[in-house]
Amino acid sequence: MSILVNKETRVVVQGLTGKEGSFHAKQCLDYGTKIVAGVTPGKGGQKWEEKIPLYNTVKEAVKMEGANASLIFVPPLFASDAVMEAADAGIELIVCITEGIPAKDEAKMKAFLKEKGVRMIGPNCPGIITPEECKMGIMPGYIHKKGRVGVVSRSGTLTYEAVWQITESGLGETTCVGIGGDPVPGMTHKDVLELFAKDKETEGIVLIGEIGGTMEEEAADFIKTISKPVVAFIAGQTAPPGRRMGHAGAIIAGGKGTAKEKMEALENAGAVVVKSPTEIGAKMKELLK
Amino acid sequence: MKVHEYQAKEILNKYGVPIPKGKVAFSPEEAYQIAKDIGGVVVVKSQIHAGGRGKGTFKSGFKGGVKLAKNAEEARDYASKMLGEILVTHQTGPEGKKVEKVYITEASDILKEYYLGIVLDRAKERNVIMASSEGGVEIEKVAAETPEKIFKVWVHPLLGLQKYQIRELGFALGFSGDIFKSFSELLEKLYKAHEESDATLTEINPLITTKEGKVIALDAKMNFDDNALARHQEIASLRDISEEDPLEVEASKHDLNYIRLDGTIGCMVNGAGLAMATMDVITLEGGKPANFLDVGGSATTERVKNAFRILLSDKNVKSVLINIFGGIVRCDVIAEGVLAAAKEIEIKLPVVVRLQGTNSEKGMELLKNSGQNFITAKDLKEAASLAVKAQKGM
Repeated sequence: MSILVNKETRVVVQGLTGKEGSFHAKQCLDYGTKIVAGVTPGKGGQKWEEKIPLYNTVKEAVKMEGANASLIFVPPLFASDAVMEAADAGIELIVCITEGIPAKDEAKMKAFLKEKGVRMIGPNCPGIITPEECKMGIMPGYIHKKGRVGVVSRSGTLTYEAVWQITESGLGETTCVGIGGDPVPGMTHKDVLELFAKDKETEGIVLIGEIGGTMEEEAADFIKTISKPVVAFIAGQTAPPGRRMGHAGAIIAGGKGTAKEKMEALENAGAVVVKSPTEIGAKMKELLK
Repeated sequence: MKVHEYQAKEILNKYGVPIPKGKVAFSPEEAYQIAKDIGGVVVVKSQIHAGGRGKGTFKSGFKGGVKLAKNAEEARDYASKMLGEILVTHQTGPEGKKVEKVYITEASDILKEYYLGIVLDRAKERNVIMASSEGGVEIEKVAAETPEKIFKVWVHPLLGLQKYQIRELGFALGFSGDIFKSFSELLEKLYKAHEESDATLTEINPLITTKEGKVIALDAKMNFDDNALARHQEIASLRDISEEDPLEVEASKHDLNYIRLDGTIGCMVNGAGLAMATMDVITLEGGKPANFLDVGGSATTERVKNAFRILLSDKNVKSVLINIFGGIVRCDVIAEGVLAAAKEIEIKLPVVVRLQGTNSEKGMELLKNSGQNFITAKDLKEAASLAVKAQKGM
């Protein structure tokens, strides 16, 4: 089993004909993801790469191809519109890769998603992958291997680093979710943990957080209630306050959102917190012996 | 992006938020003219991107970055003591900031000082408006010591600020009559300015009431969402690069995420999370990172070259650590980029490279056999440790 996506997931790609969209969609297709349609307003009726039908609207893609998940590569100032279009069209899961969406737009689309009851991963994220079944995102597919560990992370390459260790250790992953580094993300650490907690195949969970916000603290409250082992790492233990560390959401503001607070909260909740990202795989291996 | 007080006030004033009359001056003579035009007592305010100016001290020994001047002559005198001088406040750090301009405003007759601020509450995923009768002091201090004195309302992102929320804050601050009405108008306009300009922070501290029943924004601070500047050309044009670190300005020209720190190990990493984690591992291994640098997912030759140049311009750097996780972009391609960049730039410092991911072994081979002096490491821990030792060997 897995969470959120599997080999039955029918994906529509919004912004499929753009440079980023077509490059990564090809990688997803090669991985085995069922991409059933693309949406580029104005290109409806054409075909992408001579095989995937293009539509003008997400509604048509849902109606004609039965798409139930959307992967979004739309430029930042137009992305929130694309997200809301997907949510309104009956898409169940949205994965928004776009980096650089204004925080105001994010707050608006999040409120809209809540009203519609639609889940979103991202924005500003690598996406989600259920190894050997479905890759909806920009992560390198081959580093993943079907297995026992669920991964949830606010980062991109740091997640690959952790996944690499988990794969090398022989444990493998059930599903890896990159929730993104923005201030107002769709799904939070806690939302993903809830799904991993219920998933029978997921035996252990790796949580990778970073400075800024209080998402890890909220996740810690939930970790208290679950019995599966959780290994956690927080990036930015040495980050200076008041500076945005690459990700729009990675900033210690008004003395809040430090790595120390998050690590303490997670540790008190029963998670095993590692100080170095190099210990993630080995620690999980030890706990799942 | 940060702007100066006078710029924030100009934006707010466009929305009809009452501010004291004033103008910015770049020379003592200009300050004199403006003060004369305003007439009477004026305030001379240093314009830097940091708070605590009033209690700050100049490196020249002159005390106070904000001064009340009795007349135009005094305004000129104060301006001459501020302009071109370095002001140190609790927010600037010991190095301080150079004052390039002063803001001359009319002096206000203060009845009482308040605090008013708007910021995104990430946990609630919407803007929070905070108001307090404890104005003129740091809001963090009020929040820590007397949190009951801060009143908050949260604005629904799709519905906007409601009248009842304005009333709630107005009554909480104890306003009535004309002042209540003035406050309501001000807050409505202030929120509109914040929302429409994609501000991430709008802070009026202090907001003041006057005996005439007016409510005025005596000070103003606004920060803007970098992600939204593309749709606000007029705000983007307010950027003052003299307030920023020159290396950070240079990096931003090349689309590199670089933040200068005070350590000695220069780092070049792909991805923000991994870059932060690399800094953490360097610290765990006993070193100190000289910077945060995210070269982005693709790490092309051009980007690596620019990154190298910027890293090496920091004179404190004693060794360099390159940590790349090659995903879709293969490690051998990245290694070629590093080699090409190194050929163009003379690198005298030890460079430790760690590549992981797709074709990492091939990439490492390329570096080892290049004839250039790269130190290769198999994992991040080893790489950090080698980078720490390499600098000690100097």
